[in-house]
Amino acid sequence: MSTGVLAPDSGLAGHSRRGRLRAGAGANLLRAILSNHKATAGALLLLIFIFFAAFPGVVAHDNPQAEIYARAAAPSAKHLLGTTTYGQDIFSQLIWSTRESLLIAVIAGALATVLSVLIGVSAAYLGGTTDSALSLFTDVFLVIPAFPLIVVIAAYAKNGGDAILIAVLVVTGWSYGARQLRAQALSLRNRDFLVAARLRGERRWRIIVFEILPTMTSLIVANFLGAALYSVLAAAGLQFIGLGNPNTMSWGTMLYWAQNNEALQIGTPLWAVMPGVALALLGGAFSLLNYAFDEIGNPALRPVGRKRGRRRS
Amino acid sequence: MSYALRRLGFFVVTLWVALTINFALPRLMPGNPAIAMMARFRGRVNGNVLKALEIAFGVNTKQGLISQYFSYLGNTLTGHFGISLTFYPDPVSQVVFSALPWTLGIVGVTTVLAFLLGTLVGMTSGWRRGSMLDSVLPPVFVITSAFPYFWIALLAILLFPITLHVLPIGFGYSNTDTIGWTWHFVGDVIYHAVLPACTILVTSIGGWILTMRNNMITTLSEDYVRMARAKGLSPMRIMFDYAGRNAILPNLTGFAMSLGFVVSGAILVEYVFSYPGVGFLLLQAVQNEDYPLMQTLFLLITVAVLVAILVMDFVTMLLDPRTRSDQ
Repeated sequence: MSTGVLAPDSGLAGHSRRGRLRAGAGANLLRAILSNHKATAGALLLLIFIFFAAFPGVVAHDNPQAEIYARAAAPSAKHLLGTTTYGQDIFSQLIWSTRESLLIAVIAGALATVLSVLIGVSAAYLGGTTDSALSLFTDVFLVIPAFPLIVVIAAYAKNGGDAILIAVLVVTGWSYGARQLRAQALSLRNRDFLVAARLRGERRWRIIVFEILPTMTSLIVANFLGAALYSVLAAAGLQFIGLGNPNTMSWGTMLYWAQNNEALQIGTPLWAVMPGVALALLGGAFSLLNYAFDEIGNPALRPVGRKRGRRRS
Repeated sequence: MSYALRRLGFFVVTLWVALTINFALPRLMPGNPAIAMMARFRGRVNGNVLKALEIAFGVNTKQGLISQYFSYLGNTLTGHFGISLTFYPDPVSQVVFSALPWTLGIVGVTTVLAFLLGTLVGMTSGWRRGSMLDSVLPPVFVITSAFPYFWIALLAILLFPITLHVLPIGFGYSNTDTIGWTWHFVGDVIYHAVLPACTILVTSIGGWILTMRNNMITTLSEDYVRMARAKGLSPMRIMFDYAGRNAILPNLTGFAMSLGFVVSGAILVEYVFSYPGVGFLLLQAVQNEDYPLMQTLFLLITVAVLVAILVMDFVTMLLDPRTRSDQ
C-alpha cells in the first residue's frame, strides 16, 4: 500500500520505521474503509454478521433445533420466516447458523492466506530453483478444479467434521493468493530499503517478516477476503450436497435439509431462499471489501471524479 | 516455440499430479475407505470385479506400493477405468461417456458466451469510464459474483417452473422422447437447457466484466494508447486494436483460473436441475460410494479443464507476439 511507496528514507534504523509503519497501517486501514462506499457497506454487513454469530440468542429467542412448532407454517408475527416441515423456526435457524458459516470462512480464509504468504513470498524472495519449484507447485494447484477435488476428498473422509472441511478448503484455496503475493514480492525485491537491509546483514527471515510483509499488508488483507469468500461458497456447496456434517447448524446444512424435503415444491420456499440470501450477503460483504481494497491498492481503478490519492513523494 | 513446449510440459505435469492424487487419496485416508465400499458390494458383484477393485485400491494385494502405482498409471492411461458399481455391470468409461456430451454442451456454450459477452461489456465499460454503464455494472456484478451458483439455480426453479409454470424443473429431456437427431428431440434438449445455462451464465459473467474493465483502465493509461490518439486513429480502432487487444491478455490467463470455478459451479447446477451430465454423475457416485466412477470423473473433469487451458495458451500465443519470441 502507500506506506511502502512512501518510505523513501529506507536507510533509517529498522525499528523506528517499523513502528511508524505499524501505527500507520491501522489508521490508514480505517480511513480507507470509511472513505470508500463499497468498503463501508461491506464492513457494516460483516459487523452485523459478527454480532449475529457472537450473540444469536439476543436476536432469535426460539430454540433453532427444537421441533416443537406447527409444521411448514407460513410466516407470521410469531415465526417471522415460517417453520420447516420438522416444525423448527426458520428465522431462529438462520440466525444461529451464522456462527458456523462465519467461523469456517474466517478460519479457512486465514489459514489459506498464511499458506499463500509462506509459499508466495518465499518463492519470490529465495528465487532460483526454489522459486521455479514453488511456482510450478502453485500453478498446478491453481488449475486442478478445486470443487471436484474437495468433493472427492470429502467423500473419502466421510463425516470427518468441520476440521476436515476446513483442511480441504485450505488445501484447495491457497494457490491464487500465493501467485499474486509472489508477483508483488518480486516487484519489491530490488527496492532500496531491501537492498539496505541486506547490506546491513539482516537475516533472511527477518527481512521477509519485518521488511517485506508490512509493505504487502493491503494485498494480504485482500487475499484473506478472497479466500474467505471462496470458503463461504465452497463450504456451503459441500454442505448442500450432504458432504458436511448435517447435524450442525449452518446455512449450507439448512439448504441441504430444505432441498431434501423439497422445500420449494411443498410451499416453504423461504426455508431454501433465506439461507441463500444470508450466504450471498456474507459473500457480498467479503466481495465488496475485497473490491474496495483493489481500488485502495490501485488508485487507477477508483471511480473518476474523486480527488486522487496522496501524491507519491 | 519454447513457450508452447513449456505449456505442454505444464499440461503433462498437472495431469500427472491429478493422477497421483487419485492414486494416493484412498491410500492416505485412515482405514482405507475402499475396504468399506467392497464390503458393501461383496456378493452383489462378480468375484473377478472385486479382485480387480482390490488391486485398484491396494487392498489384500502382495504387490508393493510402487508396482501398484505403475500398474494404476498404465491402466488409466490405456483407458481401463474399471467397472462402475452404481451402474453395474457397465464399465466406468461407458457410463462417463454417456454423460459427457451433456456437460460439454452446456458448460462449453455458456463459458464461451460468458467470456465473449463479459469481455465485450467490460471493455466498453472501461473505455467509457464514468458512463451510466460503468457506474451501474461493476457494483452489481461485485455482488452477484458472491452468490452461490446452486442458490441461483434454486431461485430460478422457484421463479419459472413453480411460480410461472414455464420451463421444465429439471432433467435433460422429457421422458417421452426417443433419443436421436430429430428436430423434436433437439428442441426439447434446448428447452431443458435454458434454465441451467442461464444460471451458469448469470453467475459467471460478472468475473469477466470486472477483470476486463480493470485491465482496460490500466491499459488506457499506457503510452501506446496516447500515441494512437495522437495519430488521430478512430476511437473504435484504439478501443479494439490498441487497448482491447492488450487488456484481454491477462483475461485469457484468468480464463485458466476461472474455468475451474465455472466447472465447480456447474456441478452444483447440474445437481439442482438433475441434469444428466458429469457433475450430477459425480455426486451420484459420491452418494453411492462408487469410487472407481468418482475417480474417473475427477480425472476427466481435470483433463477437460487442462485441455481448455492449453487451447487458451495457444490463443494467447496468436494474440501476444511476446510469447512467440525465444526468450
